This record gives sequence, C-alpha cells and structure tokens, in this order.
Amino acid sequence: MSAVTLSNISKTFGSFTAVEPMSLDVPEGQFVTLLGPSGCGKTTTLRMIAGLLDPSGGEITIKGRRVNDLPIHKRNLGIVFQNYALFPHKTIADNVGFGLRYRNVSKDDAARRVREALELVQLPHVGDRYPSALSGGQQQRIALARAIVIEPDVLLLDEPLSALDANLREDMRVELKRIQHRIGVTSIFVTHDQAEALAMSDQIVVMSDGRVEQVGPPEEVYNAPASEFVANFLGASNILPGQCIRREAGTVAVDTPLFGTVPVPAEKAPNVPGTGPAKLVLRAEKLQLVQTGQTDPDQMNIEAVVETVDYQGQAVRYFVRAGDTQLQAINMIDTRPFAEGDNVSIQFKPRDCAALPGT
Amino acid sequence: MGWHLIRFWTVLVYLFMFLPIAVVVLLSFNANQFGSFPMTGFSLRWFGELFDNDAILRALRTSLTLGALTALISTTLGVLASLALVRYDIPFRNTISTILIAPILVPEVVLAVALLLFLQFLGIHKSFTLLLFGHVIFTLPFVILVVQARLVGIRRDVEEAAMSLGASPIQTFFTITLPLLMPAVAAGALFAFTISFDDITGTLFWKPGGVETVPTQIFAMLRNSISPEINALGTLMILITAGLPLIGLAISRKLAMRRDRAE
Repeated sequence: MSAVTLSNISKTFGSFTAVEPMSLDVPEGQFVTLLGPSGCGKTTTLRMIAGLLDPSGGEITIKGRRVNDLPIHKRNLGIVFQNYALFPHKTIADNVGFGLRYRNVSKDDAARRVREALELVQLPHVGDRYPSALSGGQQQRIALARAIVIEPDVLLLDEPLSALDANLREDMRVELKRIQHRIGVTSIFVTHDQAEALAMSDQIVVMSDGRVEQVGPPEEVYNAPASEFVANFLGASNILPGQCIRREAGTVAVDTPLFGTVPVPAEKAPNVPGTGPAKLVLRAEKLQLVQTGQTDPDQMNIEAVVETVDYQGQAVRYFVRAGDTQLQAINMIDTRPFAEGDNVSIQFKPRDCAALPGT
Repeated sequence: MGWHLIRFWTVLVYLFMFLPIAVVVLLSFNANQFGSFPMTGFSLRWFGELFDNDAILRALRTSLTLGALTALISTTLGVLASLALVRYDIPFRNTISTILIAPILVPEVVLAVALLLFLQFLGIHKSFTLLLFGHVIFTLPFVILVVQARLVGIRRDVEEAAMSLGASPIQTFFTITLPLLMPAVAAGALFAFTISFDDITGTLFWKPGGVETVPTQIFAMLRNSISPEINALGTLMILITAGLPLIGLAISRKLAMRRDRAE
C-alpha cells in the first residue's frame, strides 16, 4: 500500500507558480528524496504534505486517507527541520516526550519510549540537559528522536543535514539511514545535495522550477538522466548536440561532429526518437585522459589539449579542448596529474553514454 | 587631564539627576514639621501619618488597582496584537502597527483632550472604566514594542515542530510560544504598570470626580502646602516603581540560574 500519494498537487502564490501539478506515489517503508536547487519547489511540496501549506489544487492522501483538510496536528507526522527546532525551554527528555503528551500514553510507557528513542540515536545520557548544552549534531539526533518516538505514519526531513559541518554531515547521513532502515518508517527527504540523495534514497524525485524532471532509483537517475537539467544537476556532464541516425534493438546510434557515430545503449536513451536531433550525454567521470598513443582499443578516443587543471586531492577535474569544443573530465589520480597545455588523448566507452532528445 | 574633566562632568550630571530624589527621600525621614531643611532629627512620623491619611490610602489603592488592571489588559491585548502582526499575514499590517504605536508619538495632553472630547461627543460620562481605558491606550504601544521584538526572535519552526507532534495551535501557544515569550510579557506588564502608576496628565483629564490616584493626590496636596507627608509618599512611590522591576529582574535571574545549574 502507498504510504503517501500526491495526485496533481500544485501551489501558486499569487501569479507565481511554486509547484506545477505533480503526482507521486511513495510506497510504505521507502526513503524518497526530493532533490533540486533552491527555489525548485521541493520544500513547498514537503510543507504541503506536512500540512504547513495548503495546496492550490490536487489531493494528498496518507495511508489511504485524504488529508487536504486535516490540520497538521492531526496528521501523525514526524518532521525534522533544518535548524533542529528543539524547544529551548524544555529538557531533552521533555523535548523527546512532547508528542507523547498528546497521545494516550501512560507516564511509565512514555518514559520508556523516550529512553528507547534516546538509545536509538546513541545519546542515552542527555535526558536532563537543555538543548543549548548540546552540539549541532547532537541536537539534530534529538530532533530525530523526537520525531520518531511518536511512531509517525511518515517521517518528513527538511534538509536535516545542511546545518552540520562537512565531516559530521557524512556520519549523520549514515546514521540517519541506519535508523530509518531499523524502524522502517516511510521517509520523505528534501535536499539540494546530490551526494546525500544518491547515498540515501530508494527513489529520487529531481525537481526544477516547480516541475518534476525525473523520478527513479538513484542509479537510474544518475546513469540515464531524463533531461539536460538532471544530467547536469547530478554530477557534471558533457552534453553534445548531434543527430540520431538509427534505432535498433539494444542501441541507438547518435552521430556527433566531434566523436562520429556513438552507439548508445537503448535503455539510456528511452525518449530519443529513431531519427532526428539528439544530444549525447557523457559524464565527466566517464571521460578519461591518457597519454597520446596509449589509448584502449575498446574505447572511442580523440586528441585534445588540457586547458585547466582543478586539483581536488584524490581526483582532478580537467577542462580540455578538442577542436572547438570544451569538455570536462573528472579522473582519479593514478600517478601524476596532467598539466595545462599537455597534448592528450581522451577516451570513453560508448556504453557509458546516454542520449536525450534534441531540440 | 581630559579624563579628570570628563569624570567631574559625569559626577555633576548624576548629581543634577539624582540629588532632588535623594533630598526627597532624606527629608521624608526628617522630624521637622515642615517638609524642608534643616533636618532636626530622624523620624518615621511622616510614614505613620501617611498610613493614617484616608485620602492617601484611597489614592494608593486606586493607583495599585488601576496599574494592575492596566498591566493585565494591556499585556493581554499587546500579546494578541503582536501575534497577529508578526505571525499572520493580515491586510494593512503596517498601518495597523503604526496606529497601535502612535500614542507614544502623540503628546499626552493632545491624546488626553482628544479622548475627553470624543467621550463627551458620544455623551459618555467619565468613570473609572474610562480612566482604565485611557491608560490601556497609552501603555499598549510599550507592550507591543517589547513583545513584538521578542516574538520575531522566536523561530516559527519551533511552533511548527510542536504542531507536527500533535499540539493544536492553542496548545502550542501555551506550551511553547508563551513560555518563550515570558521575559517580554513580564517586561511589558511592568512597563504598563509603572507608566500607569506614574501618570498624571491623562489621569487629570479622565478621572471622574472624587477619584484620585497617587499622583493626582500629591498634586492636590501641593496646592495647599508642601506637607512632609508628600516626601514620605514620594519615597514610597520610588520604592514601588523602582522596586518592582528590580524584583522582577531578580526573579528572572534566579530562574535562569536554576536552568543553568540543571545543565
């Protein structure tokens, strides 16, 4: 059964459309991420599900029940906010136990559940303290404990990791996923961070300008982007205009001025018509720089000149020029990175390419 | 050299500000039967006479009742108005805000006369309720200013979190917003009380015949003579208007310390 269903919900503020009519089905127990840049409508969508905003149109159901007219405090949701939103005047135990006061739970039962929730987030001994005595990461764990102790139908997470330091953020990401997996609560997660989305989600909903660009599991969204926006938002991609000249069983042949004819796997070009304009999508990390003459015979290759070197430690990002075209490549560093001005060969496997319909 | 001069001036300024008050307090303990120098001995006689003076006691009771009611009504209205202005998207928000704050900017005499004429126009007779109403009008802006400033600092997502956990908007207000707003509410109430307790201009215009507050009573007594009782009454008023905020401050310090120790 679906835990959450959105049917054509939309939101307009005056003449501004924040969310165009969108539909989404979140199966029970899944971790679904709304991913997109700021202003894409992902938070607006989450707030409509939460009941903090009224949709301008469409219908929201949670566990089969229509909730459009149900106020937030009757929806049985757990929400984790970006800035923790702990109650500063209450102890940690009172914070976590807050939601239980409004559910017929006996005092002993409530105390036990608060204790269990604090153990689940690995902070069993802070119950008597006040939020200001905890670090940001600890406060966010408490916020999570407070949201799940009420056994919500859906857990809504509004950029819960954004306020944390980079290292802490990765630890919390793993932790959050572990806890979600353990208790199996249906979760809707909002983020602008593609790495978080790819690492945590069962399904990713990529949004841009109030529109849903693509819905699918992380690998699908990453490997077979449905639009130029998706190709560029999840990692860096080279997008080359060309012509689709053939569609056969298994492959779609895309002809580009730079590489000639590239046989793209058909499943990575679902929307490309048999013939007509098309775009070749080549991920920056799938494009490899090698010494001239040392190319792999199984890969396609051309000559290029290194223009910019952006050293990042374990990897390096190159901008190279091949003919009139600038291409981007992200390579792991094996021995020594190439330098600006080097003549190199660039190579890639056609099966790593994807294709989009051209305009 | 320059610093010495600044220090000297500072002392002079403080003397100018506080010497008259100190004199009043000092003279209230004077045994002399005239309310002025020289001091002829220490005595609590004038405080005693103060508490035997029915007119003064009645005025004190009126002032305390008026101040307390003003504080109660002003604070309640002020909190509600602040919530509406800060938390809800109401039409003409800025206009309403300006109108509510305006009594601070209008000279009190003008406001007093205006309200009086308005009431006469409506054919309403002066009464204690109307006096109270007048005090509420010009203490309300202070409450709204203090409470609004604090409310802006209370994050909306804290209230949203409470509602998501099952608290209705009213439960959220009483368990989350109001406790967090409490310092401002207390400060606003103290403001309202002391302003009302001190007020003379508006009160002179609005009070019905036979009702006196402490300031109007002093004013009336001064017309006859400078009785030493006035010095005692002045000392008492200083005690109340300066003492209440100090007590409030001490209580809030103590509460904060208790919380710190819990951490």
